[in-house]
Amino acid sequence: MHEMSIAMAVVEQVDAAAREHGMEAVVLVRLQVGELAGVVPSALDFCFELACAGTLLEGAVLETETVQARARCLGCETEWSVGMPPDLGCPNCAGAGVELLAGRELQIIGVERAERPAGAGARQEG
Amino acid sequence: MCRTVELRQAVLARNDDGARALRARLAAQGTVAVNLLSSPGSGKTALLEAELCLARDRGIAVAALTADLATENDALRLARSGVPVKQVLTDGLCHLESEMLTGQLADWLPDGTRLLFVENVGNLVCPASYDLGETLRVALASVTEGEDKPLKYPTAFGLANLVLVTKADLAAAAEFDETAFLANVARVNPGVEVVFTSARTGQGVGELLDRACAVLDGAEVHRPVMAGASANGPGHLHSRGDSHSHDGAAAEHL
Repeated sequence: MHEMSIAMAVVEQVDAAAREHGMEAVVLVRLQVGELAGVVPSALDFCFELACAGTLLEGAVLETETVQARARCLGCETEWSVGMPPDLGCPNCAGAGVELLAGRELQIIGVERAERPAGAGARQEG
Repeated sequence: MCRTVELRQAVLARNDDGARALRARLAAQGTVAVNLLSSPGSGKTALLEAELCLARDRGIAVAALTADLATENDALRLARSGVPVKQVLTDGLCHLESEMLTGQLADWLPDGTRLLFVENVGNLVCPASYDLGETLRVALASVTEGEDKPLKYPTAFGLANLVLVTKADLAAAAEFDETAFLANVARVNPGVEVVFTSARTGQGVGELLDRACAVLDGAEVHRPVMAGASANGPGHLHSRGDSHSHDGAAAEHL
């Protein structure tokens, strides 16, 4: 299971970005996971909680958006959802040229920072 | 009110960047890396040993790095070929990453090596997600594992530049349905070449070496559909260099 490595990569990148943006805490991380990314969202969720411990992300929620895998035939321009297990052969003409349009995403879309406590005062953005 | 910060960063950007750098470095010194992926017990060490012996006999400068969670057994087997071999113990990690491989090669990869075979950890799930800077990624399946292996592990077989079937001598005993297997491979990776091998009988031994040598000579490798239009090698979409870069281009929204 490599979800722990993935979770640690997410936390490392978000932690760095959060510091760069002068955030004190991150409460939510939005992640896009393609059907063909080879990552199990539930396993990732479990690992994420562990990986967040002791970082700016402590207690943060991981919001995972699954991206359906889609392909397009370069010959007849048919588009289809490839399904799981994926079928990457054109269902219309069985042509050789096929392009994957989506489904391999493994991307941090964005984060939400914690609301600053009232009276915390202004501080310079990084 | 919470504040949203858009990042758009590839999770595996660091690995992919490391892989790209390693691929470029190897190319500059005339080395092609071959990444071998399979489940445990598929027979990839036996096949690799036979291929290494053949390379030695043909005078091709090859080296092999083999990764396992524990034991040096595979390195001892591969070392019988007489070519430079290194064992990497991953201490429980289920896959190799590009930085790890780069570190392992630093003080070891002999000058003049033309082909570097990397025997990944026996696992068809995790190693599939990590580009190691290889030019040729090979997925192996033995006939005893069943015809549906490519469907069960679509990322591993879908991102392969070449598929090898091992233990072909046992096909009849295992009632291996070759037609179904080929159809399943074609479903997840249309157009990829499938080669049948048996380290025991010698069937197909040398085919891997021939394919790797062809790549050394500049032959194009099969480009899997799953690798995607904007992916570099078996890497990931939206990595560094794409429009959604992560080098300080983040946008904030209130």
